[in-house]
Amino acid sequence: MGRGRAEAAVPVTPLGGRPLGRPPTASWLWRGSELTGFFFVLPAALLVVGLVAYPFCYALILSLTAKQAGVPGQFVGLRNFANLFGGDIFLHTIRNSFVFTGVAVVCKTVLGLGLALLLQRAMVGRRFLRGMILLPWVVPSTLSVLGWWWLFDPISGVINLGLMKLGLITQRIPWLSDPAWAMAAVIIVNVWRGLPFFAISFLAGLVSIPEELYEAAHIDGAGGVACFARITLPLLRPVLGVIILYSIIMTVSDFNIVYILTRGGPMHSTHLFATFAYEMGLASGDLGKGAAISLFIFPFLAAVAYCQLRITRRQTQ
Amino acid sequence: MSPLRRRAGMVGRYVGLLPYLGFALFPFYWMLLTSLRSNAEIYDVTHLSFLVRQGLTLQHYSALLTRTLFPTWFWNSLLVSVLATAISVIISTAAAYGLVRIPFRGSAAFSIGIFVTYLVPPTLLFIPLSRVVTALGLSDSRLSLIVTYPTFIVPFCTWLLMSYFATIPKELEECAIVDGATRWQALVKIVLPVALPGVVTATLFSFTLAWGELIYAMTFIASGPHKTLTAGAVADLIRGDVFYWGPLMAGALLASIPVVIAYGFLMDYYVSGLVTGATKG
Repeated sequence: MGRGRAEAAVPVTPLGGRPLGRPPTASWLWRGSELTGFFFVLPAALLVVGLVAYPFCYALILSLTAKQAGVPGQFVGLRNFANLFGGDIFLHTIRNSFVFTGVAVVCKTVLGLGLALLLQRAMVGRRFLRGMILLPWVVPSTLSVLGWWWLFDPISGVINLGLMKLGLITQRIPWLSDPAWAMAAVIIVNVWRGLPFFAISFLAGLVSIPEELYEAAHIDGAGGVACFARITLPLLRPVLGVIILYSIIMTVSDFNIVYILTRGGPMHSTHLFATFAYEMGLASGDLGKGAAISLFIFPFLAAVAYCQLRITRRQTQ
Repeated sequence: MSPLRRRAGMVGRYVGLLPYLGFALFPFYWMLLTSLRSNAEIYDVTHLSFLVRQGLTLQHYSALLTRTLFPTWFWNSLLVSVLATAISVIISTAAAYGLVRIPFRGSAAFSIGIFVTYLVPPTLLFIPLSRVVTALGLSDSRLSLIVTYPTFIVPFCTWLLMSYFATIPKELEECAIVDGATRWQALVKIVLPVALPGVVTATLFSFTLAWGELIYAMTFIASGPHKTLTAGAVADLIRGDVFYWGPLMAGALLASIPVVIAYGFLMDYYVSGLVTGATKG
């Protein structure tokens, strides 16, 4: 019915740029209006340019000024960066970021894969299990981390009380007040929060691997480990890559967990770029330095975006 | 494999899941327990009980609702999240449709731009954005959040919706457009009903992201009555007297409820969105 109308409409639009004498194709009508496409995208484009691209450029300028809150900034070149690298706190922050991100992402990947494999075989009640397992990822981290803060309380917190009752420790663990334990604590909470995302994404990847491959491997006498190394891992690689890359940028830019649990302390041992930038830019009012610190998230972002786009391109080819 | 071994393997897998389930759910259980216990029991370090022993109490909830700004914050969060979500989903739907269906000069570059923006964490830009918010005269207002939350929601939703739209056969709209429908009519009357799961997913994610946002809310808003739940709970509930764990846990749980309810009803959408975002990325 639609086609019929289009053909009837042929004589009415002879000057539309369509070669005369050929039947009108839907794809011609399709391409007709570049401007329409532009208008559909315009609001999003304005938003991205005005409230993402512009602030980003503004951050670059701010980072080169000695801007205090409420006073006009003075251009100081790279002095903010020189000062940052001259101080211990920032060097700590860089090291913390690598430790926090590295350990947390490795744990989430390994545990997430294990969890996905367990879930894949659990046929009965998989929906229910999936729902329960996703909860840490669903509840906003700001709220659940408040709970963890209480769990880690050195005196009344259930973790220390429980470990003592079980006889595993005799002295209370100084969670959050000792540099090494504090780092362990923020990593544990990050893993707790991110694991469901890894597991469910990996599960989706596992389910899409054809069962025939495993059957063929079994007939050829391959064992479980061989199947995992030769079939599961290679076929899961694209999903693994995308999830790990995405998680790297989200982990390195984390704010909520560290801010709530430790405020970057004790002795700056858990500061990440975001928490240090917040302390410098808002608590101390040094906007120039704060902006400079935040910008260190950008190289991670650029590297991740580059790798992601390469993976996507390879998949579509 | 004998049936017995197979069954043993099955049980083994469920047993293997148990420690993780405990790890995932225990913090929530403990928060609930704390919120329902009397202070005496909360701070009793000589007994460790995983049940309420001395009787349930709602004192922490009533303290939260009557002696703090919690109800105001809840309303602020609802207002900000609903409006930011509505704006974001409309903008994203239009953009995703335009990018997937009506190629124009620069649309490929803009798609990549959207993808890169989707990876930009809010913590990268909160300082310059706070200057922009001040320049716009929005400091310390809920409007500042309604305006800035779409900056991280729109790229995410656009990316998500692009992959949904790409799976819908073009022929559906071709017929409508051949019949004289405009692009907008084709989108609203033909594509959206088919892509409804995608739009529901985008709405769910938008709402969750807006509801849980912390750093913008803490940076842009200073006065108590304008705060959202997250900023209020983190900044204002923590101060105060020694006996604050009960109200704090009650607050964190109550604040989670809207998201958990939405998730409970729409879990399949949530999972499909998670997987789409993850594997199409």
